[in-house]
Amino acid sequence: MKTIKRYFGSVLTFLLLVLPVASAQAVEQFFPMLIYRTGPYAAGGSGFAGGQEDYYELLNTRDGGVGGVKLIWEECETAYNSDRGVECYERLKGKNGGGIVVQPLSTGITYRLIERATKDQIPIMSMGYGRTDASDGRVFPYVFPIVTNYWSQNTAKIKYIGSKVGGMDKLKGLKIANLYHESSYGKETIPVMDLQAKKYGFTVNHYPVPHPGLDQKATWLQIGRRFKPDWVILRGWGVMNPTALKEAARVGFPANKIVGVWWSGAEEDVIPAGKAAVGYVAAGFHPSGNDFPVIQEILDKVHGAGKGNITPQRVGTIYYNRGLIGGILSVEAMRNAQKKFGVQRVTGEQMRWGLENLNITEARIKELGAEGLMSPIKISCFDHEGGGSVKFQEWDGKQWKVVTDWIETDQSIVRPMIEESAAKYAQEKGITPRSGKDSMGSDCSTM
Amino acid sequence: MIYRETGQFKTTYPDDQAIFPIPQDRWFLGAGLLLALVVVPLTANQYWLGPIFTQFLVFSLAAVGLNILTGYAGQVSLGTGGFMAVGAYMCYNFALRVPELPLFVDFIIGGIFAALVGVVFGLPSMRIKGFYLAVATLAAQFFLLWVFDHVGWFTNYDPAGVASAPSRTLLGSWATEGGPLSFLAPINMMVSGPEATPETKYMITLVTVIVFAVLAKNMVRSSTGRAWMAIRDMDIAAEIIGINPLKTKISAFAISSFYCGVAGSLYVFTYVGNADTEAFDLARSFQILFMVIIGGLGSIMGSFLGAAFIVLLPVFLNILASTLGEGTLPSDTLANLELIIFGSFIIFFLIIEPHGFARLWQIGKEKLRKWPFPY
Repeated sequence: MKTIKRYFGSVLTFLLLVLPVASAQAVEQFFPMLIYRTGPYAAGGSGFAGGQEDYYELLNTRDGGVGGVKLIWEECETAYNSDRGVECYERLKGKNGGGIVVQPLSTGITYRLIERATKDQIPIMSMGYGRTDASDGRVFPYVFPIVTNYWSQNTAKIKYIGSKVGGMDKLKGLKIANLYHESSYGKETIPVMDLQAKKYGFTVNHYPVPHPGLDQKATWLQIGRRFKPDWVILRGWGVMNPTALKEAARVGFPANKIVGVWWSGAEEDVIPAGKAAVGYVAAGFHPSGNDFPVIQEILDKVHGAGKGNITPQRVGTIYYNRGLIGGILSVEAMRNAQKKFGVQRVTGEQMRWGLENLNITEARIKELGAEGLMSPIKISCFDHEGGGSVKFQEWDGKQWKVVTDWIETDQSIVRPMIEESAAKYAQEKGITPRSGKDSMGSDCSTM
Repeated sequence: MIYRETGQFKTTYPDDQAIFPIPQDRWFLGAGLLLALVVVPLTANQYWLGPIFTQFLVFSLAAVGLNILTGYAGQVSLGTGGFMAVGAYMCYNFALRVPELPLFVDFIIGGIFAALVGVVFGLPSMRIKGFYLAVATLAAQFFLLWVFDHVGWFTNYDPAGVASAPSRTLLGSWATEGGPLSFLAPINMMVSGPEATPETKYMITLVTVIVFAVLAKNMVRSSTGRAWMAIRDMDIAAEIIGINPLKTKISAFAISSFYCGVAGSLYVFTYVGNADTEAFDLARSFQILFMVIIGGLGSIMGSFLGAAFIVLLPVFLNILASTLGEGTLPSDTLANLELIIFGSFIIFFLIIEPHGFARLWQIGKEKLRKWPFPY
């Protein structure tokens, strides 16, 4: 009887999918989760989802939600495929009273969703990925490439290389190879890299690696034998990363001269490469490890109660911690909106205000139990990025070791490019950039 | 019994040569069209109209295109994604740079450019056949995407190489209020961009697909189509009975690429709203080839069935798995369940009917004719 009941319930839910669901309980807030647990990028997708969901679960069990509102979520498998991403977004956006923020976890999907989400008034939070020029919030009100975008991050990488060779003026004459995943994600930094090459006088060659990135022999022969660069910048993703490290070792290119983006700098990216990965350096906007109070609490209250959303061994890995930060940021934005509008359940539009006026200070981070896990962040209409900094970490064969302090990004290069690119987009799309105070009270008049 | 033709006599040649000579088929098609043209736009919500039906229609059109080339003319092609990209990017550029042009003309222009490119890459088919030709068309796939990745003009110098569909109307900017053709303004609806409703996008896609599917169906019944099939079945014999292989193969490549090009334009303008070369990669070419193979080589109907199978089934499996398994199975198992079931379906259907869904459909009709005692 119970099975019949359950199946009846399932069929009913299935039917409800067909109808636009408008009603829901007043005390729940829905987070659509576009994730991927299959395919060559599953390590990133599942780790990120685990961290995010565990954080929501922690708030539900410990505080009974956020301001009395229970957090609920539903996953949809995109397999990192843009078509499926659009399908998932459309499937989830109206459920349970409507999603208030979407984290596509793929630059390609972010691009697909920008216009849709702007029209639906659901903010896109693309943390450390996505469309770089969306940092100009005057043109992209609903897109938040929060913490640090790709161009900013790239300037930090060049700064790191500069510090290794003994000053930015020593970059002159160096040869840098940019090995990138051939997708909108990989291509994103080409313009800023070209600009920096001109500015600092180094040579940069771009080497695309087609999805999924398992075949790089010819590319590395070109890099290692013909171009012979001083440094290689690795913009890989998923299985492309260990493959790149192994191929580098094969052509005899030293791992400590390879600098990875943060999507190339997780445990899952280096462990399969074995010894070839020792000494490899990757950027990160947060460290790995689980000795932070918030993670200890998750291990205790969520995993301890058997409610974990990932195997406990993966708690504290790079992707897990990134997902956790994603969860913290979206919840903080929600709190912000709750406070400002005096409501329990927030709407997408209010959430946008919450994100746009997010100001997480060092004190607040400490309160959250995430000291050392994330850097302070302040978002404004003018700047949807929030000016995060980058740390570099080295893989020693067992774990990631942070080797630099927070390195500031070079906004003098990035910001003009962002504004130029955003202005071009606005012109192409007929968007009037926001100025002054907008209808929700966001201030776009000053920096 | 259900499908009995007894008593249906054809008294004129046009009757006998109709596309659907049996009334039951006509009723069935009529009901299908009624459903697609009236019921769906009135009842379906944004989710069903957009990612489900529009996506299905776009890929059906591409599958019809490839079926003309591979199913009817027997030329294997792995360049479908590339030809779709040509259509998409050319349509994008014309829509962006010449807003006066009606959008449906842009679709045709996209198709024409794809056809021209298809002719060029179809030339090797004069000398090589089968797998070797497949490899030659693979060159088209890689070359074309390389061009779109590296020549900034095609994407209007977008840093990430994304062509984002501008907001355009069906009849172009001249037909808006204040333009020289302003009397057309009331019927000049917004088709692309965020302002366009999913209903409009769906209807435009549907009408385009219906028009081109009817054209294709008639083409394969004409002398052109018979020439394609003759070349497919035995090219030397075809040449001996007076069919010009150059003309036949090139026309197959041109028309097939035209269809793919229009499908590519629709993908950008009415389905997703923007696209980069990732959307037209080799995986896409394979996906459409599988639609054709699973749907049925040499069948227009099969292209639609194949597209439904490849595009829609995984989505339904996913919804079903997440609905039924909620709370009972771990979510990573659920995600993989979709792949497992989908894979088994492919194997199952190819074992029970290697000629695809179109043949299954045919068998079904035979059985229905003899119902309730089929043998």
